[in-house]
Amino acid sequence: MSDKELQVRGKQELESEGERTKPGPVFVPAVDIFESESEITLLADMPGVASENVSIDLHENQLTVSGEVEPLTSEKEEYLLQEFETGTFHRQFTLSDRIDQSAITATVKDGVLRLVLPKAEKAKPRKIEVKAG
Amino acid sequence: MSIIKWRPGRSGYRFDPFSEMQRLQREMHRIYNSLTGTWEASRPAGVYPHLNITEDEDNYYVRAELPGVDPEDIEITAQDNDLIINGERKIPVEGENVSYHRREREAGSFRRITSLPTHIETSKVAAVCKNGLLTITLPKAPEVKARQIEVKPT
Repeated sequence: MSDKELQVRGKQELESEGERTKPGPVFVPAVDIFESESEITLLADMPGVASENVSIDLHENQLTVSGEVEPLTSEKEEYLLQEFETGTFHRQFTLSDRIDQSAITATVKDGVLRLVLPKAEKAKPRKIEVKAG
Repeated sequence: MSIIKWRPGRSGYRFDPFSEMQRLQREMHRIYNSLTGTWEASRPAGVYPHLNITEDEDNYYVRAELPGVDPEDIEITAQDNDLIINGERKIPVEGENVSYHRREREAGSFRRITSLPTHIETSKVAAVCKNGLLTITLPKAPEVKARQIEVKPT
């Protein structure tokens, strides 16, 4: 056991940017992003999201990560206490490096998405010849 | 009913609109809870993890979001009508030559104790952790279940 005790933090709800087709709350997942020489890795907490319900989109430099959750309860159940809500997870980032789109890998384990974005080979410096006039 | 004269500024009878509002809010909460049968005010506790508790005819269901927690690091204890959830969230170190841009996810241990409205069958409590979502199913003790009594024709 580590000494540190986990502090409770409420889920952060996303302020709507345009109306969504699917009703229900949208939450911002907590993320870790770190970079090595060859790749950028993103870890996102998305409890309740199965791997088949994650969608990742990289357009230009805009990376969008979202995940859908299944309804939590069956119809027969009645709430006695509700401390958290469930809904879609959604977050967007702008990437500064060029990413090799074909080599992106994503895995989900215990409700954590791991997205590995390998950097594309840097555009080689172009030599410009100066011709004698 | 006696009439009390309201004297502003005098101690003991100062009219405070805020405390009056809070009192009203508490009262409304109490009435609402007694109407809906909620035995605990649905206000989140300041302890990790947050819980949702539901019930149907036979069971109570306790759910918690525990992303990144290995199911092996969760320990659940049930006794009478108490439920204790113990565990630890570990975040492994990611290589040596990495630089972090964002670090919002936290590691640490947690312990949450909650009580259920009635006794439970502790021997039949089952827990599943799927995609970082913990669901504990607690069957109600037979003596608290509503029993239907058949009327036999004579």
